[in-house]
Amino acid sequence: MIGALLRYAISMILAGDYVFPYATLITNFIGCFLLSFLLNHSSIRSKLRDDVFTGLTTGLIGAFTTFSTFAVETIELWNENVLFALLYTGISMIGGLAFCFMGFMLSTKIKMQGAS
Amino acid sequence: MNFLLVALGGFLGSTLRYYISIKTNKRLIGTWIANITGSFLLAFVAKLHMDGILSESLWILLGIGFCGSYTTFSTFGNESLQLMIDKKYRSAIIYISSTIMISFIIVAMILL
Repeated sequence: MIGALLRYAISMILAGDYVFPYATLITNFIGCFLLSFLLNHSSIRSKLRDDVFTGLTTGLIGAFTTFSTFAVETIELWNENVLFALLYTGISMIGGLAFCFMGFMLSTKIKMQGAS
Repeated sequence: MNFLLVALGGFLGSTLRYYISIKTNKRLIGTWIANITGSFLLAFVAKLHMDGILSESLWILLGIGFCGSYTTFSTFGNESLQLMIDKKYRSAIIYISSTIMISFIIVAMILL
C-alpha cells in the first residue's frame, strides 16, 4: 500500500515526455538495492518481528517495484522504436541485477565490520 | 482521491502476491506466476483504458495500484541474483528469460 503510493508519487514527480520511462527504471533500481540489502542483513532481520519484516520486504518494497509496468512500457516502446525497447529491457535487467548485487555487497560489508 | 485508489489497489495486489507465494510454497514460482499474470492483466487494462472503455479512476485503481503492486521487480531481481550467487547459472538464465519472454509476448499480443 505504502509502496504503491511511493511509486505513484515518483511517477507524478517524474512525469514528462522522456524517451525512456525513467520513473519505473529509478523505482525498480531503488527497490532492488533496498530489498537485497534488507534480505541479506541478518542483524536487521533478527531485530524485527517476522511479520514486520515480511511487510517491509514482500509488502512495501515488493509493491514499490513493478514488473507489469516494465513489460507494458517495453512493448509500447517497441511500437515506436525497437532499439529503444531492447535498450530499456537491457538497462532494466542489468541495472536491476547490479543494484541487487550492490545491496548484497553493502550488507555483507557491514556484517563483516560488525564482526571484526 | 487518486492516492486512495492507488493505495487500495496496492493493498489488494500485494496481498494477492503474498497469498500466491504462500500457496505455491516456492517463492520463485510464486513470483514467476504473479509477474506473468500481472503483466497480462495490465496490458488488458491498459488497452481498455486507451480505447476509452475504462475510466481514469479505474485505470489508477487496477493498473497503477493493483497490477503495479501485484507484480514485483525487486523480488524478481533478488531471486535471480540469489540463483547466480548459488552458482545455479542455468536456472538463473531460464528464470530471467522465461519471465521476460512470456510476459512480453503476452503483452505484445494484446497491445500490438
